Amino acid sequence: MSGVRVLVGTRKGAFILTSDGKRAKWDVSGPHFAGWEIYHVKGSPVDPNRLYASQSSGWFGQLIQRSNDGGKTWEPVGNKFIYDGIPGTHQWYDGTPHPWEFKRVWHLEPSLSDPDTVYAGVEDAALFRSTDGGTSWEELSGLRGHGTGPQWSPGAGGMCLHTILIDPSNPDRIFIAISAAGAFRTDDGGRSWRPINQGLRSQYIPDPTAEVGHCVHRIAMHPSRPNTLFMQKHWDVMRSDDAGDSWHEVSGNLPTDFGFPIDVHAHEPETIYVVPIKSDSEHYVADGKLRVYRSRSGGNEWEALTRGLPQQDCYVNVLRDAMAVDSLDSCGIYFGTSGGQVYASADSGDSWAPIVRDLPAVLSVEVQTLA
Amino acid sequence: MIRVVLPEHLRNLAKVGGEVELDIAAPVTQAAILDALEARYPMLGGTIRDYGTHRRRAFVRFFACGEDLSHEPADAPLPSAVASGSEPFLVVGATAGG
Repeated sequence: MSGVRVLVGTRKGAFILTSDGKRAKWDVSGPHFAGWEIYHVKGSPVDPNRLYASQSSGWFGQLIQRSNDGGKTWEPVGNKFIYDGIPGTHQWYDGTPHPWEFKRVWHLEPSLSDPDTVYAGVEDAALFRSTDGGTSWEELSGLRGHGTGPQWSPGAGGMCLHTILIDPSNPDRIFIAISAAGAFRTDDGGRSWRPINQGLRSQYIPDPTAEVGHCVHRIAMHPSRPNTLFMQKHWDVMRSDDAGDSWHEVSGNLPTDFGFPIDVHAHEPETIYVVPIKSDSEHYVADGKLRVYRSRSGGNEWEALTRGLPQQDCYVNVLRDAMAVDSLDSCGIYFGTSGGQVYASADSGDSWAPIVRDLPAVLSVEVQTLA
Repeated sequence: MIRVVLPEHLRNLAKVGGEVELDIAAPVTQAAILDALEARYPMLGGTIRDYGTHRRRAFVRFFACGEDLSHEPADAPLPSAVASGSEPFLVVGATAGG
């Protein structure tokens, strides 16, 4: 029977939530790596038992954990993230040059075709790749070296490479996003990169339409339409239909277009989800109400989804990697909050119920649909 | 034998229960202890000191014989009580945060 496995990274460990296809009763396992920050856990689409986890702490640094049995057991693998060549400098908060320093892995993106190949998006922003199951890591340094790197500067959360999207129709094409540099694309497997930020408008930088400097929070893609991208920017929800060459705003009737995650329905490429957050200075939902917004027209027209979600006295945030969808016939949507709740909807967002209510603050949510 | 006490998170990572005992030739230094520790437990690489520079991570401290040795040179000989094994070398997660 089909089922789902939800991989949850939190401030104090990882949790694995499993259910059958009805998604009504859940088994909770964890905390794995208790006490450590787990920025991200993700499974290989080729081998769902192969999982990768980013484990870190302010005391003891970065570890990468690998599981070959769906998260029952784990082994630490390689954690040597060394920038290629002379690291160089980026722009610091005060505008001065600051040397690139590795801090942590924000996002792990397993290859679509090989369980031993996995990409890591790190802070300070760079993209690494392992082709041996995480044992060793090599920087794809064409990204930092393409020319604008010295102009990149950190967002409030650090200068992180947080989004990695591999084009399922062309493995040489990869999209990445960096806070606060913007979105970039390679068409040659990571050797060369270029910014894809035309159409973004950011009032918080000196030149609102600059080539780089935009605080992109998240990009999502439906696998059947890899040229169509949806972006939640610091402010603004954006859309591209030419693989990022140009963007236009689709915030439409959202109550606020600030937010972090964005995702696409598994079977409806024009159905997308965001969680509007009040503002960049108040990182919680507006009006004390936790509302997911859904657009069935690829943006602009949005409806609030509230059934089963708290509609008073709620002041949580939902971070950029903390929303995911399953691919069961009735698409499931999942998200985790800064208050430690993980909510699930088994009906495309029409109704919601908490799987768990009291985890540590949730950093990331991924879902595996199991045969 | 040199006795090393790791903080709980690193004991769990290395799957060791209590103290770690290491056989190290003189002179016994911080660097020699960490070299031997990482050789026996490769998963500890990068968790106590930086891979490239070998600098102690900012929130890790080294204590022994009631003293904070964190700022001593990595190649300075450690107290004779550590070298003889009568006192342990403590790797400590610094008190930080709230």
